[in-house]
Amino acid sequence: MSKVKVARKSTRIDMTAMSDVTVLLLTFFMLTSTFVRKEPVQVTTPASVSEFKIPEVNILSILIDPKGKVFMSLDKQADMVETLTSVGKDYGVSFTSEEIKKFKILKTFGVPIKSMKAYLAMSADEQDKVLKDLGIPTVKADNQFKSWIKNARATNKDLRIAIKADQNTPYKVIKDVMTSLQDLRENRYNLITSLKKVSDK
Amino acid sequence: MSEIQTNDTGGKKKKGGSKQKKISVFVDFTPMVDMNMLLITFFMLCTSLSKPQTMEINMPSNDSKITEKDKSTVKASQATTLLLTGGDSIFYFSGEPNYKDYNSLKQTSYKADGIRSILLKKNAKAVSLINDLKQQKLDLKITQDQFTKQSSVIKNGKNTPVVIIKATDRATYKNLIDALDEMAICNIGVYVIDTISKGDRFLLKNRETKGTFSQIAAAK
Repeated sequence: MSKVKVARKSTRIDMTAMSDVTVLLLTFFMLTSTFVRKEPVQVTTPASVSEFKIPEVNILSILIDPKGKVFMSLDKQADMVETLTSVGKDYGVSFTSEEIKKFKILKTFGVPIKSMKAYLAMSADEQDKVLKDLGIPTVKADNQFKSWIKNARATNKDLRIAIKADQNTPYKVIKDVMTSLQDLRENRYNLITSLKKVSDK
Repeated sequence: MSEIQTNDTGGKKKKGGSKQKKISVFVDFTPMVDMNMLLITFFMLCTSLSKPQTMEINMPSNDSKITEKDKSTVKASQATTLLLTGGDSIFYFSGEPNYKDYNSLKQTSYKADGIRSILLKKNAKAVSLINDLKQQKLDLKITQDQFTKQSSVIKNGKNTPVVIIKATDRATYKNLIDALDEMAICNIGVYVIDTISKGDRFLLKNRETKGTFSQIAAAK
């Protein structure tokens, strides 16, 4: 019996085309997408038919979780620093440059001003852990939220206010936030929603 | 493709036809692909493609300096008041509240055959005009700017219905957005979000108890 001769073929695959495709995809993703901001609480926004897109700069976003905790975020670090110092002044709290440096890199903040110092002293991991149980007080007796908004507005005139709330948030909490804004004569603001088509059901 | 063939003359030139040595340089792109894939995965996970949608609202100022005279008053006949309650239901009444008859407060839902059909019926004239405009825009007869301008004129025109949205504490944020959405769908130009008053609570209670509440109040 003779052996069947198998022709040896090189199994080398040319990866150049593949590389081209991946680079193209990568470029696409880098150009079209924006980074997700880290948020302390998971929020599902309700859907609406409105098609307005939110601008990217000068945004003061207010995050409200289903339990009614309020968090805020500003997109410019310079604004954040100035807002923090002026809010601190309102409540008689002053911050060291070290604390301000730490505050600057926070993505979202929402801590009662009295415990801000202790919060800033924590490590980033600890901060993530405790943040979702804190939140800016909005109750009538101690409305720190108002002070934050007022000072943020004072630092940046072009600020746009956007409210991002969970769909199951009770209206009572929304009402508190809205009346606080109204008291400050912030009568124009955006509500962040996800897109849906006009349903016929 | 990734092979580069170089013609090397191999040092000294010789007389009568030079001997060329062929060296093939094969570049392996596999690690490059690996790295790109990793980067793509990173970008897909850490970024979002779509920008969030927003809904812009203007709230009335509750400045105490504004007197009753400056406030725009709403004709009762054109106003529809929506009371958003828990359990995804809406109660509504048109015009002035009728505290005596509990049937004046009607119940409806967020579905298309609920509140939307009611509002569309009330705003039929404006809706048909807006639909005409939309068609004209689709046929490229008017520009986007003209469309927005003309539609706002129609929406804020005379005799269009005015809607007052009042939410109870039991309503959710989704209810409010849904109600605002219906305003956009039904092309209602003038609507207000107001706080619920004592009278509205009375109406709801009266409806719940099928009129006994108003009888008690009358007896007092």
